[in-house]
Amino acid sequence: MSIGNQIDGLPTPSGTPGAPKLLEVRDIVTRFTTDRGSLTAVNGVSLSLERGQTLGVVGESGSGKSVLSRSIMGLLPRANTERSGQVIFEGKEISGLNDTEYRELWGDEMAMIFQDPMTALNPVMKVGLQITESLRFHLNMSKADAKDTAIALLKAVKIPEPEKRFSSYPHEMSGGMRQRVVIAVALACGPKLLFADEPTTALDVTVQAQILDLLAEQQRERFMGIILVTHDLGVVAGRADEIAVMYAGQVVEQAPTALLFSEMKMPYTEALMSAIPKLTDASHTRLAAIGGRPPDLVNPPKGCAFSPRCPYVQPRCHEEAPALTPSPTAPEHLFACFYPIGSPETEEIRLRIAAQRLMATAPQFVTPAQGPPPIGEVPAPPSTADQPEGM
Amino acid sequence: MFILKKFGQLLVTVILVTLFASLLLELLPGDPTEVLIPSGSDQQREDLRQELKLDQSFAVRYSTWLGNFATGDLGNYYTVSSDRPVSDRLWQSLPVSLLLMFYAQMLALIFAIPLGVLTAYRKGTWFDRTSNTAAFAMLAIPNFALGFLLQYYLGVKLGWFKTSGYASPSESPIEHLQYMILPTITLAVGQIAIYMRLLRSDMIATLQQDFILMAKAKGLKSKRILFRHALRPSSLTLLTVAGLNIGTLIGGALIVEVVFALPGMGLMLFEAIGRRQIVAFQSMVAVIAILYILVNFAVDLLYTVLDPRIRNANKS
Repeated sequence: MSIGNQIDGLPTPSGTPGAPKLLEVRDIVTRFTTDRGSLTAVNGVSLSLERGQTLGVVGESGSGKSVLSRSIMGLLPRANTERSGQVIFEGKEISGLNDTEYRELWGDEMAMIFQDPMTALNPVMKVGLQITESLRFHLNMSKADAKDTAIALLKAVKIPEPEKRFSSYPHEMSGGMRQRVVIAVALACGPKLLFADEPTTALDVTVQAQILDLLAEQQRERFMGIILVTHDLGVVAGRADEIAVMYAGQVVEQAPTALLFSEMKMPYTEALMSAIPKLTDASHTRLAAIGGRPPDLVNPPKGCAFSPRCPYVQPRCHEEAPALTPSPTAPEHLFACFYPIGSPETEEIRLRIAAQRLMATAPQFVTPAQGPPPIGEVPAPPSTADQPEGM
Repeated sequence: MFILKKFGQLLVTVILVTLFASLLLELLPGDPTEVLIPSGSDQQREDLRQELKLDQSFAVRYSTWLGNFATGDLGNYYTVSSDRPVSDRLWQSLPVSLLLMFYAQMLALIFAIPLGVLTAYRKGTWFDRTSNTAAFAMLAIPNFALGFLLQYYLGVKLGWFKTSGYASPSESPIEHLQYMILPTITLAVGQIAIYMRLLRSDMIATLQQDFILMAKAKGLKSKRILFRHALRPSSLTLLTVAGLNIGTLIGGALIVEVVFALPGMGLMLFEAIGRRQIVAFQSMVAVIAILYILVNFAVDLLYTVLDPRIRNANKS
């Protein structure tokens, strides 16, 4: 399995070495004041992105991935929100900007595609106007020029009859069409950085692929950096250069895509992975779910945030929180786990779980026993075969 | 189809409203002739009663009136001597009331819309809290009390505006405004509070919507987001209430016209009730009901302008 251009020694698309990165985020923390207390939605995330590259941010709902992208972009409401950390966009610190300064960036330099195209467009405004208004505001285009540009954009996102659609209302279009319009709006002023917040979650599977292909195509043409936020590892698998897995507001594993899939270290990443239904499964196979619930971010659990749900949990995990550290074998692979996949402790438990599965008649998720192993004999060979090894 | 339905609605409303209003007058004790000729003899009264068909049953009188009204005859005032048609007086007083209501509605909306938008945008700030407190205070002041206060301080003490009487805008536009300003303010104050509160709560809901965040992410100015993106989808309730509120305004105009001696429908109605002018009263109530329905019909049409999704629903 090839690991991609990082290892092949190809120059990174951003060109000149030493030039500031498109985006660098350092130790960003976002807290919301709620009635129950301070909720830490994003807890010390650091990321970076070059132009032309895609960073996938993956996690369950409530893992802080949407808040992260809004934090970086500065879109969160000021009231009841506490933000710290650095956001460096093209070498310039932007996290302390006021709204007027942010407006220069929003839409123009960085844009966002929202999750639900049914609600992201203004229902009482014609589609064309929703595209032209940012052109007129940011690029000072004349009305006629803006209209021409908007029609060209509609064409670029493959909307049939763009001239006619220019004067349609959103409710006259299908979900996929609307998402294309949302993309056209985001692309209008030629942003360098695009946040795609679950861009396909609300769409049909067939439309999903079309939209993702469209994004990839536009990325190539416009040389944008994309942060693709999703709960679906399958969405980012073939599209992101690098993936950051988030849990409870923290990045728990981060690696170039191929490396992440071949050598995932975090039990949480593995759990997300096995939640993707496989084509090779027999029909009516019970869908795998991650047991338990995401942690309460007002009172996060002691130790590792995933420990209450982790099948490989060890006493230490309940006491100490592991830090995000580079893997000893590959420094670009970061993970936050004391007992990563492949370590002797997790392998032992994995075998035990597999054995229990074989013993039980109905397949079910088994929480690991804390005490001595309940099974004396472990039939090893068949158990390893049904694990998603080397995906 | 739509028009036909609306027309049916209009017919039913006019009949019901006038029927109930006339029945109420019927319940008033005493004989209208006692008011018309207080010192007349019994014979004179009996003659007058026959002349005005007061000796006949309510059903007969009502259906006669209804038939006349349908053919455009609004009837005559009850008088001893010559016939004074109700329509003469109506055509004079109707524009006064309509103008008063129009000014008041405009004034209320001009203040309420920006206030509603800004209090929603600045929800929870001192500006929002002050405006809300002021709104409750404005709601709590009765029309007539405010009318007298304004009359006394702005009209009599400072002498800025005229306190009673009327001039038509075609005669003298400036004098017209001098007469109309205080009644307009009196009538509008309560409405400002209602409209502002309504718009505020709808705006708060709209500002939570994804498309507002998207407009923000486009880098648009707050003013544009608020007034171009958020106001229109938030104004349907305001529009509905502004239409329904015509009823309240008519009631308010009645009091305000009496306080400021404006020769409008309100004053005319007030007199008609006091002088037992049953036919005049019925005709006026009917005209007001028709106006009310027409305004709300216009509101229905306006919905489709404000929200294109309703436009399509009507077509299908």
